[in-house]
Amino acid sequence: MLLLNKPIVAQLSEDALRTFPDECCGFLLGLEKHDYRAIEEIIVVNNAKEGDKRRRFEITAKDYLKAEQYAENKGLTLLGVYHSHPNHPSVPSEHDRVVAQPYFSYIILSVNVSHVESIRSWRLNDDLQFEEEKIHTLVNSLTQ
Amino acid sequence: MATVIIPTPLRKFTNQNSRVQVSGSSVQEAIGDLTLNFPDLKKNLLDENGKLRSFVNVFVGEEDIRNLQNEQTQLQPDSTISIIPAIAGGSH
Repeated sequence: MLLLNKPIVAQLSEDALRTFPDECCGFLLGLEKHDYRAIEEIIVVNNAKEGDKRRRFEITAKDYLKAEQYAENKGLTLLGVYHSHPNHPSVPSEHDRVVAQPYFSYIILSVNVSHVESIRSWRLNDDLQFEEEKIHTLVNSLTQ
Repeated sequence: MATVIIPTPLRKFTNQNSRVQVSGSSVQEAIGDLTLNFPDLKKNLLDENGKLRSFVNVFVGEEDIRNLQNEQTQLQPDSTISIIPAIAGGSH
């Protein structure tokens, strides 16, 4: 299960709407316990894809390196990545699956011009297929 | 010995260690030592010819080894090597 507090949901939604009709992207940082992951912070990053950003995103290696270093300095773990699907469902595409990393949570926001339709999270299983990860939204952070 | 920083998606192959000390005077030797100690990492990092996979980025310090001498980039005992997975995707 993935725990998101309301400010995190608001930040994710804001980024998806701000970048529409392009895809937004960024990192999920938090704490992992044996049966849940709590997202404590997100890092918004630039969609570095050269070409059609309306249906593709890419994060530079330097942005990844900075995020990993930031997480370590804050005592958090880099737990995953979020991105938006403008005018498309919050379901991973085959392209998402092929390039996905094991272990990471992949939050996908379905967004249109006026609002976020849905937010869902996915993780690769041992057969490298995506399985949905249940999201539970909290009013406040677990650690504050 | 140089230090390799393992990205979170690959830590299950290093007994959850985020940093691993490796021997070797070049990136190639360091990655070789790393995969010797953690064999399950090998298929994630190297192709069948023993070369780094195209979707794996390696930095020494803050610099991409593609801008240095690739796998022949020389290391110092205090060098930090970061393995960075490519992150991408898209709706359709």
